[in-house]
Amino acid sequence: MLSIAIPIAFALVGTAFTLTLWRLLIGPSVPDRILALDTLAVNAIALLVLFGIAQDSAVYFEAAILIALMGFVGTVALCKYLLRGDIIE
Amino acid sequence: MNLLLCVITPFLGAALVAAVARLGTWQAAAAAAGVTLAAGAWLAPLVGGTFQGTTLIERYTWMPREGLDLTFRLDGFGLLFALMILGIGLLVILYARWYFSPQDRLGRFYTGMMLFMGSMLGVVLSENLIQLLIFWELTSLSSFLLISYWQQRTEARQGARMALTVTGMGGLALLGGILLLGQITGSYDLSVVLAAGDQVRAHPLYLPTLLLILLGAFTKSAQFPFHFWLPNAMAAPTPVSAYLHSATMVKAGVFLLARLFPTLSGTPEWTWIVSLTGLTTLLIGAVFALFKHDLKGLLAYSTISHLGLITLLFGLGTPLAALAGVFHIINHATFKASLFMAAGIIDHETGTRDMRRINGMWGVMPYTATLAMVAAAAMAGVPLFNGFLSKEMFFTETLGTVAQLRFGWLLPLTAIVAGIFAVAYSLRFIHDVFFNGAPIDLPRTPHEPSRWMRLPVEVLVALCLLVGMLPALTVEPLLAIAARGVLQGPLPPHSIAIWHGFTPALWMSLIALTGGVLVYEGRRPLFALAARLEGRLEARRPYDWLVAGVFGVARWVTVRLDLASLQRMLFLFVLSALALGMAGFWSAPMPLTGAGPLLPFDPVSLLVALGLAACTASVVVLHRSRLIALILLGAVGLIVSLIFAKFSAPDLALTQLSVEVVTIVLLLLALYFLPQSTPAESSRPRQVRDLLLALAAGGGNAALAWAVLTRPAESIADWFLTHSLPGGGGANVVNVILVDFRGFDTLGEITVLALAGLGIYAMLDGLRLPAPAADAQGRAWDPDAHPLIMASLVRLLLPLALLVAVYILLRGHQLPGGGFIAGLVTAVALIMQYLANGVAWTRARLPANLHPLIAAGLLIATMTGLGSLALGYPFLTSSFVHFHWALVGDFELASAMAFDLGVYLVVVGATLLILIHLGLVHDLSRPPAEEPR
Repeated sequence: MLSIAIPIAFALVGTAFTLTLWRLLIGPSVPDRILALDTLAVNAIALLVLFGIAQDSAVYFEAAILIALMGFVGTVALCKYLLRGDIIE
Repeated sequence: MNLLLCVITPFLGAALVAAVARLGTWQAAAAAAGVTLAAGAWLAPLVGGTFQGTTLIERYTWMPREGLDLTFRLDGFGLLFALMILGIGLLVILYARWYFSPQDRLGRFYTGMMLFMGSMLGVVLSENLIQLLIFWELTSLSSFLLISYWQQRTEARQGARMALTVTGMGGLALLGGILLLGQITGSYDLSVVLAAGDQVRAHPLYLPTLLLILLGAFTKSAQFPFHFWLPNAMAAPTPVSAYLHSATMVKAGVFLLARLFPTLSGTPEWTWIVSLTGLTTLLIGAVFALFKHDLKGLLAYSTISHLGLITLLFGLGTPLAALAGVFHIINHATFKASLFMAAGIIDHETGTRDMRRINGMWGVMPYTATLAMVAAAAMAGVPLFNGFLSKEMFFTETLGTVAQLRFGWLLPLTAIVAGIFAVAYSLRFIHDVFFNGAPIDLPRTPHEPSRWMRLPVEVLVALCLLVGMLPALTVEPLLAIAARGVLQGPLPPHSIAIWHGFTPALWMSLIALTGGVLVYEGRRPLFALAARLEGRLEARRPYDWLVAGVFGVARWVTVRLDLASLQRMLFLFVLSALALGMAGFWSAPMPLTGAGPLLPFDPVSLLVALGLAACTASVVVLHRSRLIALILLGAVGLIVSLIFAKFSAPDLALTQLSVEVVTIVLLLLALYFLPQSTPAESSRPRQVRDLLLALAAGGGNAALAWAVLTRPAESIADWFLTHSLPGGGGANVVNVILVDFRGFDTLGEITVLALAGLGIYAMLDGLRLPAPAADAQGRAWDPDAHPLIMASLVRLLLPLALLVAVYILLRGHQLPGGGFIAGLVTAVALIMQYLANGVAWTRARLPANLHPLIAAGLLIATMTGLGSLALGYPFLTSSFVHFHWALVGDFELASAMAFDLGVYLVVVGATLLILIHLGLVHDLSRPPAEEPR
């Protein structure tokens, strides 16, 4: 079952990854790009988890957890920068 | 063990003195004296053996493969110097307590002095020559700190710099000489070198060896033409001069001459170079001393002259001359130290050192005057004082050359002339200061100094008298063992007595005394002549030219090499790298693809790699819009960490992810003050040129990587993989390398990180920059500084993130993780609080001062290393034990985990320190109208 599901999942996440990347590159506004970066982090988590399942290894989940934990910090900092300029005040 | 402890005690004591000095001046002086006495106490049990003629050698293995051991040596000569260093040091400590004014920071002086004392003891007690050189350089460095004690004075800084430059260059030459000596004899041990005299003197490299070593000795002992640094070093406080410039530092040069006397002396080269240098210095010093109006200037030139005398004695090369040289070292140390102290008292009491203004002090301080007179009489060589005895021996030795050389009579003649001037300047020191009419316009009203300030002078003057009148009872035994240590053989027959009958030397002494009085009587025309020549005969002029020349050459080279344009420098750099790389490809033609197996290929990896390439390319295209470039860089970092994870480097992936976040925060903090876009720097044709070059260089790199990766290669990874668990007790090779195999590197890295953090903190302190009042499009900033939802969510996140960090830290030794990553995760979690809840909120809940955190981290890491040293293993050796704990199961506890904890703390502390203080600059810079809400 997994041998069918995993390639399909990879294909779907890969598509999402490509589209997100496209949005990141073309923008046009800065919030577009920030949102794209945040979505890219979600895609990265998906890729890592899928890869971990495919390899039957838990090592990759660590990196996925860390992205989940900290991936949004960059987004928050960038948003705060847009809103306030000063991010630590 | 005693010698090592004796040398190391002052170094350790320096820290103690610095700490105690905060309590008060008396405490500082007592601590310094205690350290000195402790160093002496280690030496005390060995004195008896040394007097019986044994040479004690202590050896500790240090770097055996390099022939470098920590080796100490105590013989009579070393003991003499050690006694002078400790004894006069003790007197100077007492003297300095009264000399410095309450505004001066006494702790700094005593700390510097302890460092100097340890270095000097190291020089005189070293058996290994390389080790001697290390301590030799340490004396230069610590004397730099002491001479520049009054940092606010220009002449103190200049004098210190000059002394360091001259003696430092000499030290470099000495290193060369010692290395040659080691090549010739095959050992750096003094015992071997001293026994190999014939071999050294017959060797073709003898002359360069001799010249290099002499350069070191002459610069240190202020011999002509390097003497000029000593008068300029008189900008030092007088206790420093009394210690360094009479008894210790300047004597290091003649110490070296004496130490290597059996190896190097006895050749015509030695005799000519050393004795001519000594003779010239003797004469020039004596003549110049008379014309110095500055009290300490006179003493400085007199010191130069006496050092010349000692050098000349060693240059003559006879055993008796060497004995006289050792004797004069002792005598000069006693009377010159007391004279410096007396000069310091006069300076202290009158507020000036100009002898044209200080007159008639006899009426004010008769007691000090008497002491100074005794010391000055010893300096002049008046009978019944110690200087007379060694000077008479000196005169006798100069007469020995008359029959040997064609112009041999020049030597005693010059000696008499120098003797005449010595008497004249000694007379001037007494007459001009204590008599000669009334004082002129003194800044202070002088009176007798405190009893304690006079005590050290009294002790030294008493020694001058005792040695002068009862030489056989006082100095003879010490002199005998010291001279035996110098000669490394039996002593020549000699007699030290006041009365030898009407010998030629006695007549020479009498001529010098009478002539000196006459010269001083007729001083007025001489002073007028000197005033006209003032400044023309300055030996520091060539030095200044030399320094200016060196700076000129350096500037010339810099201007030629530095194009002052990053674009052009980078262009040249990449171009030359490309040329070298292509030369490599062409010189050995071979197929690009090697025989190694290729990894399997999958579409997802290709997609990710293409994404990476696309993001990187867009950074280049969009780099002028800085915020967008930063967002794209974030994406690049994310994808790179995906690639790390894919290619089995989870540690790298975790590190990359954490670093990425910190980098974005850091750059955003900086971007606040910077323009939002980069101006165009290059023209279109230049951009095309640079693009082509970049493509060529990048393509070359890719080809190289391809060529290397497709070849089967034996890497060092296998060794680490097999040794990680049995050797380091950890299954995670990356972490074991960091904390165990390469633990010393890591210790260095976290030290650098801590220093960088502190450096940034210091530079940001009080910084205010113009801050933008609105964003790039001119819109006003959002009034809501800390949106409630974000603030609340981030607070909830903190314990979770800390849990992850602790988890990563603890299991780092076995599975991906470790101190670096855990530290970064913690730092990010805490930064998040600052970001979402504000500085004020977070500071109220977290310790604001991060310096103790960094210090604790460094301390833990270092102590872990030292712990293994204490158990008898090399520094940072890791040890681990296997545990079984109910419920938890099997686990291993390694000392490397404590080290990792240190790494963790430093990373957290330094990262937070940098980011938060950069953030605080924002608050300082914010216009007052728009206070953060």
